[in-house]
Amino acid sequence: MSSAFKSLREMKMYRENFQTELIRIGIDSIPIVSLAAAFSGAVTTVQTAYQLVSPLIPPKIIGAVVVPSLTMELAAVVTGFILSGRVGARIAAELGTMRVSEQIDAIEAMGLNSVGFLIVPRVLAGIVMVPVLYITACLVGTFGGILAAELTGVVTAGEFLQGAREHFDNFGPYFGLIKAFVFGFLITAVSCYIGYYTHGGADGVGRSTTRAAVMSCVLILIADLVLAVLLL
Amino acid sequence: MIQIEHVYKSFSGRTVLHDVSLEISEGCTQAIIGQSGSGKSVLMKHLIGLLRPDRGRILVNQVDIGQINYSELREVRQQFGVLFQGGALFDSMSAFDNVAFPLRTFTRKTDQEIQLEVQKCLDLVQLSNIGLKNPDELSGGMRKRVALARAIALRPRYILYDEPTSGLDPETSNAINQLIKGLADRLDITSVVITHDMHSVLSIADHVAFIHNSRMHWNGSVDELQDSDDEILRSFITANEYRIGPSSSS
Ligand SMILES: Nc1ncnc2c1ncn2[C@@H]1O[C@H](COP(=O)(O)OP(=O)(O)OP(=O)(O)O)[C@@H](O)[C@H]1O
Ligand SMILES: [Mg+2]
Repeated sequence: MSSAFKSLREMKMYRENFQTELIRIGIDSIPIVSLAAAFSGAVTTVQTAYQLVSPLIPPKIIGAVVVPSLTMELAAVVTGFILSGRVGARIAAELGTMRVSEQIDAIEAMGLNSVGFLIVPRVLAGIVMVPVLYITACLVGTFGGILAAELTGVVTAGEFLQGAREHFDNFGPYFGLIKAFVFGFLITAVSCYIGYYTHGGADGVGRSTTRAAVMSCVLILIADLVLAVLLL
Repeated sequence: MIQIEHVYKSFSGRTVLHDVSLEISEGCTQAIIGQSGSGKSVLMKHLIGLLRPDRGRILVNQVDIGQINYSELREVRQQFGVLFQGGALFDSMSAFDNVAFPLRTFTRKTDQEIQLEVQKCLDLVQLSNIGLKNPDELSGGMRKRVALARAIALRPRYILYDEPTSGLDPETSNAINQLIKGLADRLDITSVVITHDMHSVLSIADHVAFIHNSRMHWNGSVDELQDSDDEILRSFITANEYRIGPSSSS
């Protein structure tokens, strides 16, 4: 058996793991991310309307405020927080269980690279799928905002979109995408690391799970600020 | 050949292995016995580089596995089949997929060939009809046997068994012992069997090593074991006596 053939076989397995993770991190998170984004959009719209209510300010400004808030901050951070709990905790629990039940040892004992087999596909899936979820969150969030605007009657959908278009900052979506990319890396990398180095039985798995969710959130907050300082 | 040379290992100041040496020759079945907590599983993990000795070295085919790089270590590991004490089945896969995993990963076999091969392995461990179950739907002894099937699936050159018969009824234990013996005899596999069970030792092993108080207390052939007058060894063996029926000392 040539080693080139072996690594080909291995690549195939890594790819399969990657595809599984794309679904579990990305597709499976779409409903909850959409839900959170829709509500964020709606709440921001209602609150902006409340704060700006004045005959001197045209209501289309609401769209000009809500859409950049979503694209530059809310969509990315809300997605990140949800994935910290949903994906970060899951990854840490999964790898932690594999560690304490010697499944990681078993992978290594077969002569496979457990880091390549378990961690790389998850981190790659994270940096691919979090930006996708971010885009979803932007679209659904905007839709939630428009819906709230229409239902409460503060501004029509047309005015909302017109305001958003007139004050659209091209850098906004790029900035959000960069954030999403960084968050995707941070959540998966930190959760994999914590899970992979779990010790101490079921207790240890529990500790790792909590730690992964908390650490992911804290790192998102820090990265959010750092990126804002660096890029704006 | 596997050579363990003056291996020391401690965990946070607690010595687990103290100057342990052992030579396991090709084609031979080596039993390792000792009390619970004496470091048998730790020693086994050293043989495939999952743990590194604090001092001393492990040689597999004259190669010091502490001195080679990771990809060379992986090549060495691919010659081993390992049954972990707890089974270490992948709980995200069915029993069938667990056994198929090494075949899919390391061979060119078609799905149909793999199907046959897995079925053969499951038959060998007397679990013909559980393929599609998940590990958490199996009993402890069944999990152990699925893990055994996975360890032998590739017919590796070396097989390490950590307590292959613990938790099994006597009849199934005998069957597993016969399986281990059969693999060793027919395919010339070098086996290391960690066990508490003197019945297993007597029926399958060529050589026996007894770890006591972190040290290699006694080490010799099965015949020598039965004649030994070492007191600690005797008391370890006689504690097992109720299992050693007249039929097994053949
Ligand atoms: N990763 C580890 N970290 C710290 N201590 C460990 C570790 N692995 C094993 N030990 C300790 O090493 C000692 C020997 O453990 P080991 O699992 O080798 O025992 P054993 O001989 O296999 O026992 P048993 O027959 O019960 O399986 C134990 O005291 C255990 O607490
Ligand atoms: Mg043990």
